[in-house]
Amino acid sequence: MRTAFIEALNELAATDDRVCLVVGDLGYSVIEDFAQKYPDQFVNAGVAEQNMIGLAVGMALSGKIVFTYSIANFGTLRCLEQIRNDVCYHRANVKVVAVGGGLAYGNLGVTHHASEDVAIMRALPNMVVVAPGDPIEARLATKAVVARDGPAYLRLGKAGERVVHAQAPGFELGRAITMREGDDIALIASGSMLATADEIAGQLVAKGLSVRLLSMHTVKPLDREAVIRAATETRIVVTLEEHSVEGGLGGAVAEVIAELPPGHAPLKRIGLRPEFNSVVGDQNYLKALHGLDADGVMQTIQALEMAGAAKDV
Amino acid sequence: MSAAPAAPRPATDDELRALARKLRAHSLRMISQAKTSHVASCLSVADILAVLYGHILRLDPRHPEWSDQDRLIMSKDHAAAISYAAVAEAGFMPIKRLGEYARNGGQLYGHATHFGVPGVEMSSGSLGHGLPVGTGMALTAKRGRKGWRVFVVMSDGECDEGSNWEAILFAAHHRLDNLTIVIDYNKIQSLDRVERTLGLEPLTDKFRAFGWNVREVDGHEFSDLRDALERLPMEAGKPNAIIAHTVKGKGVSWMEDKVLWHYRPPNEEELAKALAEVEAS
Repeated sequence: MRTAFIEALNELAATDDRVCLVVGDLGYSVIEDFAQKYPDQFVNAGVAEQNMIGLAVGMALSGKIVFTYSIANFGTLRCLEQIRNDVCYHRANVKVVAVGGGLAYGNLGVTHHASEDVAIMRALPNMVVVAPGDPIEARLATKAVVARDGPAYLRLGKAGERVVHAQAPGFELGRAITMREGDDIALIASGSMLATADEIAGQLVAKGLSVRLLSMHTVKPLDREAVIRAATETRIVVTLEEHSVEGGLGGAVAEVIAELPPGHAPLKRIGLRPEFNSVVGDQNYLKALHGLDADGVMQTIQALEMAGAAKDV
Repeated sequence: MSAAPAAPRPATDDELRALARKLRAHSLRMISQAKTSHVASCLSVADILAVLYGHILRLDPRHPEWSDQDRLIMSKDHAAAISYAAVAEAGFMPIKRLGEYARNGGQLYGHATHFGVPGVEMSSGSLGHGLPVGTGMALTAKRGRKGWRVFVVMSDGECDEGSNWEAILFAAHHRLDNLTIVIDYNKIQSLDRVERTLGLEPLTDKFRAFGWNVREVDGHEFSDLRDALERLPMEAGKPNAIIAHTVKGKGVSWMEDKVLWHYRPPNEEELAKALAEVEAS
């Protein structure tokens, strides 16, 4: 995903010298080409995230379109007040890019696990929050946040994510991509869980179910209409995200569904348990511990069936 | 190419003294009427702002969107009352708008906001934000070969914030000689004297060690302030720090050098006494 991002950014920078990249001394093997080609559009702020965001805001208030780049928690939580006051309050044209969203840096430790970033960024006024589901969406999202003036948070995975889209889909911030139409169960996924949701959808269809699959790449502003349709046209709604079940995509969808009149489908949020991991593991190992691998997700959906949440699932 | 920044009209010391008196009087009235804090922080920075707005900054208040103006970021934004007074006296907004200060339904918050307030470059209020943003502006001007300059006015207590030191490292590394900070060093921070809270000394040595040029001035002496601010950059390739030694509450004898007036607003009777003292100065 980060490769798709930097390729898109290189293209943008080539035609628009306002496009700048400010890194927090991270991005080895990713940012070198950009730094070399566009030295006047590149800054390494050093290991100093508060200043990284402040610099980006000063540049943006002077006419630039500025991407900041760091590992998820460093580029968001370390400098959260700078993002709130300086980026969001000023509606500065700063795009905060995080690599390693979720458990991508699994065995590096809990400090590197980005499990609350979406919830926190989503709470900030003026912020757009995007968690693209595959490299194709990452590329489209990079271009889309430039086309939209103002603050954005772009949450990327790392490398090697499966390409889910057979071809480039129509992509609009705040508009879910419907990848399958169906009315038994709706799977709403963001970030890396799009690939898992796609796999599960195939298995459920093979069992004879009608599955709706939505890529909810933009967590804020949420595509409320797509959520309402899912909750009223299908019999169960499941959200999938590599993020705490509290406050992220699942939380955002829950907020919409909770205010619907009675009679809507029940909701199951699948994501990380809101706790710190206590054993070492790489991304796949830890995801399995949280039930986010395909088997775990399928078990959760089958358990919903046992509980009678949706009769035919 | 945009037009070259207009050279400011030179001001005499008497004119600057008169401006400083106005800024002090506005701040006292605003804070007394709104019953807010930080009157002493306004009084200590009054002469610095008078010299900057009245003599140094290349501004065009009739065109607040003009992109080649100098930028002044008031990072010690608890002194918002005097910041609003300064942009109003500079002509960015009508003086009567100062009545909106901290008033329900108005737009002039107790910490300066840029929303709906022309001339206020940045909304601050949480300390340690202004310098990083100013540094990004200075970098952009430098790379774009623009003539406009960036001034950041900071408090001494604000130097406790680590984010400033990140920016101080960065500005020297990138040779941002178009960036100047003025520290209103009144020696008193929120709860106590600076030296009893988190000592900053030797402050000049710290900036020198970080690769900045430094000059210490008397922050209430117009000739001193003018001289330092007229001779920028002090040396090509280095950012500039002006450490202005000031007196908290300066201009109202019984407010001077006391923590109390960091918080307490003057009541009506005190306001009248304070204004009389300022007018007589």
